[in-house]
Amino acid sequence: MLREIGVRSIDDLFAPIPPNAQVKGDLKIPRQMAESEILDYFRQRGDENGKGYTSFLGAGAYNHYRPVVIDSLISRGEWFTAYTPYQAEIAQGTLQAIFEFQTMICELTGMEVANASMYDGSTAATEAAMMAERVTGRSEVVVARSVHPEYREVLATYAKYQGTPIKTVNFGDNGRVDAAELEKTVTDQTSCVLIQSPNFFGTIEDVAVIADIAHKKGALLAVAISEAISLGIVRPPAEADIVAMEAQSFGVPLGFGGPYAGVIATKEKFVRQIPGRLVGETLDKNGKRGFVLTLSTREQHIRREKATSNICTNQALVALMATIFMTVYGREGIRELASHNLAKAAYATEAFGKNAKVMFQGAPRFNEFVVQTHHDPYAINNALLDKKIVGGFPLKKFYPELGNASLWCVTEMNSREQIDAAAKEVSR
Amino acid sequence: MSVDNSKIKKATTHVNQNEGLIFEKSSPGKKAYKLPPLDVPEVNATKLLGNAERKQAPALPEVSEIEIIRHFTRISTWNYGVDTGLYPLGSCTMKYNARVNEAAARREGLANAHPYQPEKLSQGAMKILKLLSECLLEITGLDAITLQPAAGAHGELTGILMIRAYLESQGNPRKKILIPDSAHGTNPATAAIAGYEVENLKSNDKGMVDLAALEAQVTEDIAALMLTNPSTIGVYEGDIHKIAEILHRKGALLYMDGANMNALVGKTQPGHNGVDVMHLNLHKTFSTPHGGGGPGSGPVAVKKILEPFLPTPVVVDKSDGTLGFEYHRPQSIGRVRAFYGNFGMHVRALAYILANGPDGLRQTTEDAVLNANYIRKKLEGIYELPYKTPSLHEVVFNDRIQQKKGVKTGDIAKRLIDYGFHPYTVSFPLIVPGALMIEPTESESKEELDLFIDAMKAIAQEAEENPEIILNAPHTTRVSRLDEVRAARQPVLRWKPKAKSAAE
Repeated sequence: MLREIGVRSIDDLFAPIPPNAQVKGDLKIPRQMAESEILDYFRQRGDENGKGYTSFLGAGAYNHYRPVVIDSLISRGEWFTAYTPYQAEIAQGTLQAIFEFQTMICELTGMEVANASMYDGSTAATEAAMMAERVTGRSEVVVARSVHPEYREVLATYAKYQGTPIKTVNFGDNGRVDAAELEKTVTDQTSCVLIQSPNFFGTIEDVAVIADIAHKKGALLAVAISEAISLGIVRPPAEADIVAMEAQSFGVPLGFGGPYAGVIATKEKFVRQIPGRLVGETLDKNGKRGFVLTLSTREQHIRREKATSNICTNQALVALMATIFMTVYGREGIRELASHNLAKAAYATEAFGKNAKVMFQGAPRFNEFVVQTHHDPYAINNALLDKKIVGGFPLKKFYPELGNASLWCVTEMNSREQIDAAAKEVSR
Repeated sequence: MSVDNSKIKKATTHVNQNEGLIFEKSSPGKKAYKLPPLDVPEVNATKLLGNAERKQAPALPEVSEIEIIRHFTRISTWNYGVDTGLYPLGSCTMKYNARVNEAAARREGLANAHPYQPEKLSQGAMKILKLLSECLLEITGLDAITLQPAAGAHGELTGILMIRAYLESQGNPRKKILIPDSAHGTNPATAAIAGYEVENLKSNDKGMVDLAALEAQVTEDIAALMLTNPSTIGVYEGDIHKIAEILHRKGALLYMDGANMNALVGKTQPGHNGVDVMHLNLHKTFSTPHGGGGPGSGPVAVKKILEPFLPTPVVVDKSDGTLGFEYHRPQSIGRVRAFYGNFGMHVRALAYILANGPDGLRQTTEDAVLNANYIRKKLEGIYELPYKTPSLHEVVFNDRIQQKKGVKTGDIAKRLIDYGFHPYTVSFPLIVPGALMIEPTESESKEELDLFIDAMKAIAQEAEENPEIILNAPHTTRVSRLDEVRAARQPVLRWKPKAKSAAE
């Protein structure tokens, strides 16, 4: 090949890089390994992470059963080795799957349109707030403190450099947004109110009441959802203008925090302000149904600095996992699965409540609840590790005023025995 | 019209089955799941949730497991993947996605790890983050890194925000980011989101940065230049030292878009050539799969002076010899994503680096550049080469010769599908009108390259003799050219049941 190109050596092809800028010798990285060594390396790292533990962690990443058909299907090269479907004629599989995903997300969230996915729940919530600024022409964001603290941190990063003021609203004794405080905080400068439901404490917000407060002042309501399974049994936030969801619960591995898939869903009238890719139905020359990426004049590759967002890559393969998951459970299964979560959490709340204080009573919850203990939750969790139990998430890091409170999550993956064992330890 | 497909060597027709939407296969009562018996008392949802209970079931499909398998298998056959053949999308680096990467990412202790599990139970994951960080720092020649950004554009934003925070700490964040006219669209979009104005930098007649123009444009208002190197025409900016000097003299920084890093790994380290900040696309250079449009991963590496501004948390060595996350970093720009980024992609990228080692990474780069130059040599003259500057990993032609017969780059791309290849990148970069941007990557054998070259030659001949066949392509796919105008004018963005009122 070198001869055909007309050069003597490979080095000739690298002549544009000045000699003094070229690497001399080898990079200082580990030597080349055989496949068996590579797998051995990652097996060891996996083992160091601990094996055989029962986990009661939620807090934005949920342990649900993953039907085996998901990995079986997404392992097809046509799915995972394909690029973004810009060339529609040879990407109809990806395009149709995204169209199905958008439809299912609309059905679950009660919204009219959904995009093809965002990076994750935290960036989706942030993009929802930025979208509200574009829709309303206002810049101030009011965010509930019961929104996932890391989602709020991401919002703060984006907002800081765009000069977007952020106001926060506290939660009341029942764990819900303090409606009276919200009423006082929202002004005619507010672009959106951002809440989460179920919120970070697992409490389901009264979305209709909050929507009224926001809408009265001409602000939009954006609702973040981090536990997507809740939508099987919890009323969708239909009064919201934008829903920003994390779809990890739908068959996506916990994977130490990613990759996950965010989603933005909204009303049809706001579609031209939605960030990210959208798939639409159309016809080919012969009148046959097909799918294409559409309304792309919103996007960076066309609009450059005037785009609705700088997002390019999304999370298509993860959205496909979620689509397959939603198909496996279907119309009835998603409710049955959610009802099992609800029942397990109700049972756990009672079990924990016998010897410790379950906080935020008086408002409905889904599968998470907050437990206040006498002892430091980190110490309790350390003791629990000896029983092969990973305890709840200590809240003092983000909410110092909650003292020894921690956030527990119970899903269909936790058995009654495990719940009983954990409840017993916590009471000490 | 009769279509002569006798020159098509690689493909005949694509697998072509009719398959509706999954919703159209649904019928009530079908199930593909079974939950274990509930081992706690059942609850009354209405009592527990009150008016927060969902009253109307979502119209999710009701199908059996074999129907799910067949549906997603059948529609997958309408896709083209790297597994199907050469995928010459310029700037996208569609290389082989090794199966060992997938096996590594699915190891139980990694795939099932919760991001908030105690640090004691996260040592394995943190060792992976640390080793990958060290490897990427060696590859880039920079001093500190964050793995948090979820994709390239997200990395760009992280990098530009760090520049902003750094300049602010020096007293003035400045107003503008300079961006060459050959840049990816994400660059200006990112600068805008980071609160900067975009100033365009015109390329010279070689498609490269014009040093004199740069010198004139760099003022105390310029925060940084975002430079893709090699540029989007596949040309190495040999003057990158001087570019950096011009910027640094005025207190501005050099941001490098690492989209084209597959041309440089093991050959040159940008950090040693004046680059202050750069992002990498693990889904390009480091072989993590594109997945039909994501997930990606966009780590950002920086010079020492920018380290205090890295997003939180960062992995640090603790005094007891274990690894931990450090959250308290007062000058940090803050978080750009929940948790620690796309960890699954970090695992895959590290598996790729380990599978290659220093020799393998260097050879990968050499083969990528060799393959691009082979295609360039074989197609030059048949397609016009607007810039004669030496190519590294990709080559950009234009459609001027074929345009005489009314055939444009987008048409040639569609005809290439009939020959069994995914199109190259069409009409980009913007500085080349009618661009055909071709990046073969190192993954391709000479045999596959020759098939591609033959296809491109055959299409050029068709353009002379029978342009109609190209203008109406593709002929072999399940759907012919789709009406994009219709899709945008009358958006149908979700399925709705037909005649819903009659059914219910």
